[in-house]
Amino acid sequence: MAKYLFLRLLDAIPTVFLVLTLVFVAMRILPGDPALAVLGANADGGQLEAFREKMGLNDPLWLQYLNFLWDAVRLDFGNSLMNDQPISRMIANNLPHTIYLTLLSVLLGLSMGIPLGVIAARNRNRPPDSALRIYSLMGYAIPDFYLAAILLVVFSLNLGWFPINGEGEGFWDGLHHLILPALTLALLKSAFLGRLTRTSLLEVLGRDYIRTARAKGAQEGRVVFHHGLRNAMLPLSTGIGISILATLSGSVAVELVFNRPGIGRLLIDAITERDYPVIQAGVMMFAFFVILVNLAMDVVYLIVDPRIRIKS
Amino acid sequence: MTMTTDLPQDLAEREAIAPEPGYWDPVRHVLLDRWSTRIAFVVVILFILAAAFAPWLAPYDPLRQSIVSINKLPSWDHWLGTDQFGRDVMSRMIHGSRNSLIFGLLAPIFAAFFGTILGVTAGYFGGWADRVISRVIDLLMAFPELLLAILIAAALGGSFWNIVVVLTVAFTPGFARVARASTLAVKQEPYVEAAIAAGVRTPLIIFRHIVPNIMAPIVVLMTLWSASSIRIEATLSFLGIGTQPPNPSWGNIIRDGLTNMFATQWPIVAGGMAITIVVLAISIIGDSVRDVLDPENAQ
Repeated sequence: MAKYLFLRLLDAIPTVFLVLTLVFVAMRILPGDPALAVLGANADGGQLEAFREKMGLNDPLWLQYLNFLWDAVRLDFGNSLMNDQPISRMIANNLPHTIYLTLLSVLLGLSMGIPLGVIAARNRNRPPDSALRIYSLMGYAIPDFYLAAILLVVFSLNLGWFPINGEGEGFWDGLHHLILPALTLALLKSAFLGRLTRTSLLEVLGRDYIRTARAKGAQEGRVVFHHGLRNAMLPLSTGIGISILATLSGSVAVELVFNRPGIGRLLIDAITERDYPVIQAGVMMFAFFVILVNLAMDVVYLIVDPRIRIKS
Repeated sequence: MTMTTDLPQDLAEREAIAPEPGYWDPVRHVLLDRWSTRIAFVVVILFILAAAFAPWLAPYDPLRQSIVSINKLPSWDHWLGTDQFGRDVMSRMIHGSRNSLIFGLLAPIFAAFFGTILGVTAGYFGGWADRVISRVIDLLMAFPELLLAILIAAALGGSFWNIVVVLTVAFTPGFARVARASTLAVKQEPYVEAAIAAGVRTPLIIFRHIVPNIMAPIVVLMTLWSASSIRIEATLSFLGIGTQPPNPSWGNIIRDGLTNMFATQWPIVAGGMAITIVVLAISIIGDSVRDVLDPENAQ
């Protein structure tokens, strides 16, 4: 098992390398002259030259590339063009908020989605099942930012139950600010996870060992949860990974709607300000997140599915 | 011995049981089998008509600002009210449908084109081409499409063709993966092996025997992703990296509405409803298309 993990980690290295290369190519070659993009068309030749010198844009491309890789490995993203703060500190300030949002929304999404899926599977082709089908279709069709805006307008603006924006101070106030943003993402997740739970549970419930369990007189609850749901966990754990990844893109919109700090917010603000070093760092952070979640999913497979452990 | 004599008989039998379906049969099934799909078709056609005839349907110029009628609530003059610049929200919605719907048409077509080329190349030729293409596909598939789109749009900035590029790049890996897997399966079929053995030239094999036989899953993906690309364009426009103001799109109508939510909430509601209804209708159609063309993957 340790060997499998080690190999999997080793396998992630070329992926990280490929991501860094893609980011470098996208940021240096695609948008034309970065100096012109940052300083605007009104900058004179001297200013442009000074900027290029400062950012190392006059070096040969291979040297720029090596410097870029070396900086990325040391997590040194340089300074923001806007406020000259070190970008690593800006990320450190924003990252916890995105992590809280992700954790709470996944927790809420699972605790709503799995019971919904179990209820639908137990009532196949009856009203609860159709209700879940409509719910999951809506969950796919409603964009996250629209749901966020609706919750904000209804519960914060009109009913006044929740604060309109910001992140709050201290634990309880912070949680109060976090509930609506997390609920937005959780509702969408529960639609997806509920459908997935239903499908994988129905598949498992048709297996021979379920019939055996029923035949030996096991209680219905034990059949569904012990024999059924446990074996439905494998496809479900893939789904949980996918929905954690979806949070990353969802958090961008949700942080904007609720005016919360976070990595998504940092990225969007940087795009509006054309703060290229921050955009680059934000893009890399998201890419690392994706690779990390995929790695974590592999570890979860190891735990959930003993067959992989034996094979490796 | 039994193999050689059984095979033609078996084939003849199968043909007798299932007559060759007509060319338009699948289309008719998709269109008419379910009432939910029929409603979805009507909805999509209505939206397309609205987009096509936007200049004639919209009661006002979507860009015209008016200082005397800002933040009006819905009335007979302005069905959805006006925004913070006094622009008629209904007219912006109707014109915005053009910017929102066009990507649902363009992006899947481009992505299907490039994805099929990559997937067929990887699947048919194998070797190092397959290794390189598969590696890049795996990497890109690890990212959710929306996140990938946001990251590329962050680097490129928003304009019509940039959004097309963003969506195409975000969707191509999915098409490539499906095309590759289908090509690998079709390549094993006796008619392809026969063509190879008979010395048919490679391009002819690919275009005559491979591509037509992998089109079903590709078409399914195209309908499903036409919904996705409308949703993603809306998100990009909402984030300010899609359709650029003052040009209306459903996403940036909601963006404008959010900064003005204390005065009127109608733009948010209208923009979101339009996106939700269209995406819902196209996904219902997409489900039907999948059930008819690709029964193995139907849920």
